[in-house]
Amino acid sequence: MQQPAIQVRNLRKSFRKRNGFRKQSELWAIDDVSFSVAQGETYGLLGPNGSGKSSLIRVLSTLLIADSGYVEMLGFTLPEQADEVRRIIGRVSVDAAFYKKLSARENLLYTALLYGQNARQAERRVMEILEQLGMENAKFSTPLEEMSRGMQQKISIARALMINPPLLLLDEPTTGLDPKSRRDVQLFLEDLQRREGTTILLTTHDMAEAERLCARIGFLAHGKLVAEGTAAQLMQRAHTATLDDAFIKLTGEAIVEEELSADYAECAD
Amino acid sequence: MEATLRQTWAFLFRGYHITRRYIGWVIVFNFYALVTSATVALIGVAQGNYQLTLTLVVGALLWNYLSWLYNEIAMSIAYERWEGTLEYTFMAPVSRAVHLLGVSLFSLLNSILTSVIVLVGLMLFTNLNLKGANLFGVAVVLAVSTVAFVGLGLFAAVFPVMSAERGAEATHIFQGSLLLVSGVYYPIDVLPHWLQPLSALSPATYTLSACRKLFGVGNQDSTAEYLAGAPLSAVSHELLILALMGAILLPLGLFVFVKMEAWAKKTGKLKRTG
Repeated sequence: MQQPAIQVRNLRKSFRKRNGFRKQSELWAIDDVSFSVAQGETYGLLGPNGSGKSSLIRVLSTLLIADSGYVEMLGFTLPEQADEVRRIIGRVSVDAAFYKKLSARENLLYTALLYGQNARQAERRVMEILEQLGMENAKFSTPLEEMSRGMQQKISIARALMINPPLLLLDEPTTGLDPKSRRDVQLFLEDLQRREGTTILLTTHDMAEAERLCARIGFLAHGKLVAEGTAAQLMQRAHTATLDDAFIKLTGEAIVEEELSADYAECAD
Repeated sequence: MEATLRQTWAFLFRGYHITRRYIGWVIVFNFYALVTSATVALIGVAQGNYQLTLTLVVGALLWNYLSWLYNEIAMSIAYERWEGTLEYTFMAPVSRAVHLLGVSLFSLLNSILTSVIVLVGLMLFTNLNLKGANLFGVAVVLAVSTVAFVGLGLFAAVFPVMSAERGAEATHIFQGSLLLVSGVYYPIDVLPHWLQPLSALSPATYTLSACRKLFGVGNQDSTAEYLAGAPLSAVSHELLILALMGAILLPLGLFVFVKMEAWAKKTGKLKRTG
């Protein structure tokens, strides 16, 4: 039997938050979370802001060290084998983090060099990816700050894929995008998964996106994985007609940002 | 090896393109560095005291070089935090030694360029004549002290890793303290007694002391036409201390940086801000 691409067991991560001069409180961003993702599978983590999605992605991206638990990615464990894990993952975060004054080409070439790649070969691959994402070549030399958020996010995806990673960690990649850009990204991810068999871990609070892209979905609320399965299984379990309703029923809360404690969201996300 | 060279080149590539895009600010900073150095040096000219002018010129020139080098390295992490790219740099499979070496190399090139601009400017403002100065010796002292200052820069780069909000402020406080205690523009013995011991801990103290001897500052035989620069052997004591400081500060700075990076990953301090 093939080993899972991602194995997470009993993962816990808390943050200390200072309340006033001497008092400190502890917030559990990830509270005893276990799940696994098969190779070539697209797994979705659904939850509102502050549910621990981004913290989880940060742990898997080697940017956050968990308090306890077991994480294995394609046979490499974290945090012990962080160097090896960095070579097999690509990450897209909700904010397209780039040197905004530099052009797309300069940003991507910098990343290629940072990963020790041949710049010319990397540039060819980037051009292919950007073309598939519907981006014009002419925009390649434009500073990032002059581009729309949709364009920036496409370049962020190109950056993650440039190193051809077998594992892709997508942290709300379509949040804030216009409908066309959102559809372009979703189509691209579907195609990528079909063509290359890339394993994708996707966090989102868009139910339709999760239903469309993910073979299985996990519901996260207050750092806990409260339910997981296919969209149909989750709806069946909750006796609801939509994934939205299933989420509300199984987690006891809706994905409405305003309802969330800003403090908690700040720490956990 | 090839991959490591490419990774080192990545930081030079990034630095070059960022400098190119911010060229207006680069010109402003260099102009400001030149004007502040010239302003200080002209105090000596106004006094009609060539030795004082030379003391101030050497102080201004070396402080420009060392502080620029320190500041670029120390602030490199803060800049990445502001741009929001720090997590991506830390997520790349590049060793911290290669990362910081690349950053330091670019900072070194930048510092040399700025120092040349300031030197040329000072020569125009003060009719400075370098004939007789032991410039080879100065280059040797600067090369040795660069290692110590890179180490100090790495130490200071830790502050923005530890705190997004306060880190950059701390690097500037540290830099200001070095300026205060290192005898950049005045002899150390004019400092309050309780501050004087701190000057022994600053590499800049020894760099300035050695370079002043090599330029012939304080030597009664130095005139406006000809400087009586000391031979390199006259600064062997300072060179030895600087070499020791470099040998300790560079690996220690890297070690502390790596430890603090791990701490930041445990406490969630790497999160983007800015």
